Amino acid sequence: MALDQSFVGRSYPPTDAYEVGREKIREFAEAIGDANPAYTDPEAARALGHPDVIAPPTFPFAITFKAAGVVVQDPELGLDYSRVVHGDQKFAYTRPVRAGDRLTVTSTIEAVKSMAGNEILDVRGEVHDETGAHVVTAWTKLVARGADAQRDGGEA
Amino acid sequence: MAAGIAYDDVEVGTELPPQSFPVTRATLVRYAGASGDFNPIHWNEKFAREVGLPDVIAHGMFTMASAIRVVTDWAGDPAAVVEYGVRFTKPVVVPNDEKGTVVEVSAKVAAKLDDHQVRVDLVATCAGQKVLGMSRAVVRLA
Repeated sequence: MALDQSFVGRSYPPTDAYEVGREKIREFAEAIGDANPAYTDPEAARALGHPDVIAPPTFPFAITFKAAGVVVQDPELGLDYSRVVHGDQKFAYTRPVRAGDRLTVTSTIEAVKSMAGNEILDVRGEVHDETGAHVVTAWTKLVARGADAQRDGGEA
Repeated sequence: MAAGIAYDDVEVGTELPPQSFPVTRATLVRYAGASGDFNPIHWNEKFAREVGLPDVIAHGMFTMASAIRVVTDWAGDPAAVVEYGVRFTKPVVVPNDEKGTVVEVSAKVAAKLDDHQVRVDLVATCAGQKVLGMSRAVVRLA
């Protein structure tokens, strides 16, 4: 079933604030095996000019993808999530996410396409802090593989 | 956000120190917990095969997180990364043994931009296949 084109440009209301904790950043940095002290040691982060420990560049995805759930699971859009793989991912940063941030995400559907039997959905997540200042934008391309489409990469 | 590498000291073609990232099933379980991505294709072999995969595969976001370490370790301050994007071209298949697999990442400066920024192009391979495409970062140098 083709996705509804009228969803292009639709924005969803901002999420409740996600509070970024030092220990969550530490856990994430350890999970990716990254020993950069800017992620775990407030002194090291301050020496680089940051007010507290910062998060690795891909950390915001955990927040934006959760926020994109309202899009992915919107019954009116009609995306078959069991067939979805992650096609592309991009981030543009105004500043790194850091401990103490209270972040909200506003998700917008940028594009809905059908290609070679696949349904393609582009979602943009704008992340702002508690003062309303922009922190990072995440672009996520999701591909719902058609029943007959050949799997060639991507990841869910 | 001063970075350790000076803009004037790099040229188009400057290579960043390459790195290898081992990935085992334990790595994926840990990443699932930390990231909140519990999709069973990253830990359940039976489920992965049922949806047409050869075996359990790594989270694409884990591979993306590993690849940018080549840039952040080089730049010193991770905040030097102002843009980062990838395409997931092939899955990283992770066998159920202690060895797992390895993702190899190399990178070089592809363009010098305005405002002390450079574009770094990354290449990530696993078992001889490119696992990331269009993998690029914009980095602000000192």
